[in-house]
Amino acid sequence: MKEIPYILSVQHIRKEYSGNEQTLALEDVTFQVKRGELVAIVGPSGCGKTTLLKTIAGLLTPTEGMVLIENRKIEGPEKDIVLVFQEYNRSLLPWRTVLKNVEFALEVNSYPSSEKKVKVEKYIEMVGLRGFEKYYPWQLSGGMQQRVAIARALAYGPKILLMDEPFGSLDARMREELEDELLRLWEELGITIVFVTHDLDEAIYVCDRLLVLSERPAIVLEDIPINLKRPRNQLATRSDPTFIEYRNKAYKLFKQKSLENQKT
Amino acid sequence: MIVSKENKLLGFALVIVLLLLWEGISRLKFVNPIFLPPFSEIIIALIKTTLSGELPKHIGYTIFRCFLGYFLATFVAVPIGIMMGRSKLVYSLFEPLVEMLRPIPSAAIIPVAILFLGIYTKMKLAVIIFGSLWPILINTFHGVRGIDPILVDTGRTFNLNKKQFLMKIIIPGASPSIATGMRISLAIALILAITVEMIAGSDGLGFYIIDWERSFHFKEMYAGIFALGILGYLINFLFLKVDSKVMRWYEGFTSAVT
Repeated sequence: MKEIPYILSVQHIRKEYSGNEQTLALEDVTFQVKRGELVAIVGPSGCGKTTLLKTIAGLLTPTEGMVLIENRKIEGPEKDIVLVFQEYNRSLLPWRTVLKNVEFALEVNSYPSSEKKVKVEKYIEMVGLRGFEKYYPWQLSGGMQQRVAIARALAYGPKILLMDEPFGSLDARMREELEDELLRLWEELGITIVFVTHDLDEAIYVCDRLLVLSERPAIVLEDIPINLKRPRNQLATRSDPTFIEYRNKAYKLFKQKSLENQKT
Repeated sequence: MIVSKENKLLGFALVIVLLLLWEGISRLKFVNPIFLPPFSEIIIALIKTTLSGELPKHIGYTIFRCFLGYFLATFVAVPIGIMMGRSKLVYSLFEPLVEMLRPIPSAAIIPVAILFLGIYTKMKLAVIIFGSLWPILINTFHGVRGIDPILVDTGRTFNLNKKQFLMKIIIPGASPSIATGMRISLAIALILAITVEMIAGSDGLGFYIIDWERSFHFKEMYAGIFALGILGYLINFLFLKVDSKVMRWYEGFTSAVT
């Protein structure tokens, strides 16, 4: 069998919202993601990043274009792909404990209960939440809640994990901790991650490739491969001259584009 | 609100003072003791009618009607409320009808119900169902509409099928609202059970209270009203017990968020 080069292929996605006023959120977005790659998407706030992720997740239907997973066009939510939301406190089921929230991911497909139990325990252990199984999400800190959401998404067993500003509402220290945690999980599980953030430093720190989106309606301005050595380190990586070069390059793209917009 | 033990005693003390006052004005004939017998004699009447089995039998009828009607109303209202909350089509279909029927005071449909269903159980159940339907329906609808869109998207990204979505997201998500509606309706069901019994038929606590009044058994009448008060209190108490067990997460959730 021929090896499929890209696990995810986003082809000319255009998304218009029809309401009282027609809004064009995505102009024309195209990119590919290789198996096992960690791609970060940055863009100014309100540029349509969430729309893009929801479209890839199959939660929104594009006006034009299509999303392919392993060369198969998706028609809606799929078992191979799952989205982690920024609003972890609203995405976890408040009537379920940590254990039951993670188990939720396995209830869709009927696993035998013994296998289910082993899996749930494995992922709870993996995100470092052992001992908190019986807690309700709202009894936990923000960082821990997002860990539950990540454990739940991983337990679902997707090939592609989509993350929409997952650490956006955490404080700086917790954010760094979870960035490293995510990288560890990613290396351990070998899954593909598409990570959306508005934080340029965070994006460069975690990713293999950086996609810079324009302001709304969004297009991909630049696709920058990030060649920083792994494992990444909060101090060493962030002070690496190459890191700063990438940062400057992407930053200039933003600035330049917004200046052009002001002129026109 | 958290009330200290001392303050709780204060509330009970007021009840006792009022009862003593009642006893006093009746014994001292400030009001006609035939119309307002001393409290102690009402207690004796309550004990007598209870021991004779008369009162418990009629309480039984009332409870049976009240709960049967209430559960049937829940059984009808929750699915319709959910469908109205989930489907624009169903909403458009039912909304005008609901808004026209809902404001009719339930007691006003008793004559119609008697015309078509007679004066026995069928009519009584119909009136109870009609009256207790609306709060459950409206609250279920609002509960479903108020489910966090992120929670809905979560259900979708995990690829739940329709049935799983209903059972794992919609119903638990709307359950606090459904419980509110059910609590309002429980009181309505009891009121209507008593009302229809007073108007038609020959059994139930409502019938007995009015029958005692008409036959000048005022002590027994008051005893019936007392029994009703106790019944209402117990039903509400029971509901809150069940509610706080099932909805434990909701209390924690809301107090954590706000």
